[in-house]
Amino acid sequence: MDVFIQQLINGLVLGSMYALLALGYTMVYGIINLINFAHGEVLMVGALVSWTVVTALGDTGWPGWLLLSLSLLAAMAVCMALSVVIERLAYRPLRNAPRLAPLITAMGISLLLQTLAMIIWKPDYKPYPILLNDEPYEVMGATINMVQILIIGVTAMTLAGLMLLINGTRLGRAMRATAENPRVAQLMGVRPDLVIAATFAIGAALAALAGVMWAANYGSVQHTMGFLPGLKAFTAAVFGGIGNLPGAMLGGVLLGLIEAMGAGYIGDLTGGVLGSHYQDIFAFAVLILILTLRPQGLLGERVADRA
Amino acid sequence: MSQDLLSPGRLTDTRRLSVFLASAAGLLVLPLLMQMLGVGEAWIRILDVALLYILLALGLNIVVGFAGLLDLGYIAFYAVGAYLFALLASPHLAANFPAIAAAFPDGLHTPVWLVIPLGAGLAAMMGVLLGAPTLKLRGDYLAIVTLGFGEIIRVFLNNLDAPVNVTNGPMGITQIEPIRLFGVSLGEPWHIGGFTLPSVTLYYYFFLAVVVVAVVVSQRLQDSRLGRAWMAVREDEIAAKAMGLNTRNIKLLAFGLGATFGGVSGVLFASFQGFVSPESFSLHESIMVVAMVVLGGLGHIPGVILGAFLLAALPEVLRHVAGPLQAMTDGRLDAAILRQLLVASAMVLIMLWRPTGLWPAPASRKQVPPTAQTTGAGS
Repeated sequence: MDVFIQQLINGLVLGSMYALLALGYTMVYGIINLINFAHGEVLMVGALVSWTVVTALGDTGWPGWLLLSLSLLAAMAVCMALSVVIERLAYRPLRNAPRLAPLITAMGISLLLQTLAMIIWKPDYKPYPILLNDEPYEVMGATINMVQILIIGVTAMTLAGLMLLINGTRLGRAMRATAENPRVAQLMGVRPDLVIAATFAIGAALAALAGVMWAANYGSVQHTMGFLPGLKAFTAAVFGGIGNLPGAMLGGVLLGLIEAMGAGYIGDLTGGVLGSHYQDIFAFAVLILILTLRPQGLLGERVADRA
Repeated sequence: MSQDLLSPGRLTDTRRLSVFLASAAGLLVLPLLMQMLGVGEAWIRILDVALLYILLALGLNIVVGFAGLLDLGYIAFYAVGAYLFALLASPHLAANFPAIAAAFPDGLHTPVWLVIPLGAGLAAMMGVLLGAPTLKLRGDYLAIVTLGFGEIIRVFLNNLDAPVNVTNGPMGITQIEPIRLFGVSLGEPWHIGGFTLPSVTLYYYFFLAVVVVAVVVSQRLQDSRLGRAWMAVREDEIAAKAMGLNTRNIKLLAFGLGATFGGVSGVLFASFQGFVSPESFSLHESIMVVAMVVLGGLGHIPGVILGAFLLAALPEVLRHVAGPLQAMTDGRLDAAILRQLLVASAMVLIMLWRPTGLWPAPASRKQVPPTAQTTGAGS
């Protein structure tokens, strides 16, 4: 039983971070139909910026929570600016290009960000300092620490805030209108370029948040750290139904749970033939299954192939 | 009237033939020339690697360029071919399975003539298996699912060293035998007359021959009924279906035939390299091959070859000039990083500058050629 509870906690923590990242994919895809391949790299940049701030201010003796919050703000600012610049320079000129062109560009940007990060921050793994009380609490035979509690709590609040933003503000309405039909939205006085830039900025802020969480939870940062989370978060977005915000959240949390449970039980289920190092397979197996059985995703609506 | 139409065609035919002969002669003497100039085997090696990438890019071009199915897991077929040859022509299997050691007391030395069709067949089978569940998916989704398949294969290659050691895990398989053709091993220099051809040059000629076959096959496929069907599916799947095309089989054939090229290329790679490890089959490689196809010119064979050559060879050349730069930048800009930087910026800049690629298919190809129309009406 305690294995189950422990993996439930791990899964929720992992799923929270996937959900935050998946939102960025789903929002961008919903509006301009682009798989923003570089989104995982935004998480990486967020984590590395946060690491820089935290280590630079490490001697001041300020409390851990203050350092963490400051570094989070810095990471968000850098990531938002970066994402908006990328959109402006690399994606906007290609908005009416052949379908594959922006996808290839996005892959190029992803590789470019990784390489630049490797040049700026050097390729070695950097330990992320422990800033919060890391004493584990006992919950029904399983353990959870402060960072994990914060990840789950902050994610829940952020998701609620995002739903308010999308459903209750002018910007949110403009975003939904642009996703529905950019040209009509424009006729109604919405400026699509602004809305798209805002979408990228919001997605980047969420990715930066996920990046700081990732760094604080796993305790190390490196320039390739964004790749797998990015891929899995995209899987989560597809899982939930791409373009659908609650879907991305649900998909993220479910994917985290599936991975954690899979890693926890695969050894027992297969009699030790397959070990937990097969964890990365679950995300892709889920993806393949869901797309063959229910291509529109859990909460997605079925769209006609071509009108 | 037909005279007027045909004469310019004849002119281009002669010109084509001379261009063809010149480039063929050039390609044949290129390594000899390099050898005589004494630029070193490293440069011929770059050519060999470039030829392997051209083969890969030609295969992916069938899937992405002709049929319009974006496959981001293409490198998996390369891995299948490479591991097949690695298992069938190295001491690895015999060392780990007593039964095999007993059955082949001299060790496994499967000839390449057997492995190439086997690798091609196995890769094609994998291609169809992979293609089958993804048939209903649209472009971007397909990309991600194939990417997932590629990663799954890599994870298995990495972990299949236990409980039975098949792939030797992250260590990879070593001591793979070089290719032997008609009693000549490509792995060691060949003395003919007073002349010595180094191993890399022998590989060059063999790879060149395979690439030429691949180009011819690609070209014939493109002009075939199947090729036209692929392009119909690419341009508008629903319309193609309405015209009576069996889109399911057509797509599966694209996956299968495309994978074949990857499998063959993998076999050649394994013997050329002498060892294989999962590291060579990462997503980066898949993206690299996609980039070659798209940068060169989707669906246009000369463009694809150009793209593959540029992306495979240029960064390698760079590696040889990167020394001073590395010293200048305090070790931060080493050759590998520079290569990545170059590939990444090339992908972004070329897409921004020419979204259809460096050497795209001429627009007229999409239309029905006038001669075909007249013959169609006449018959």
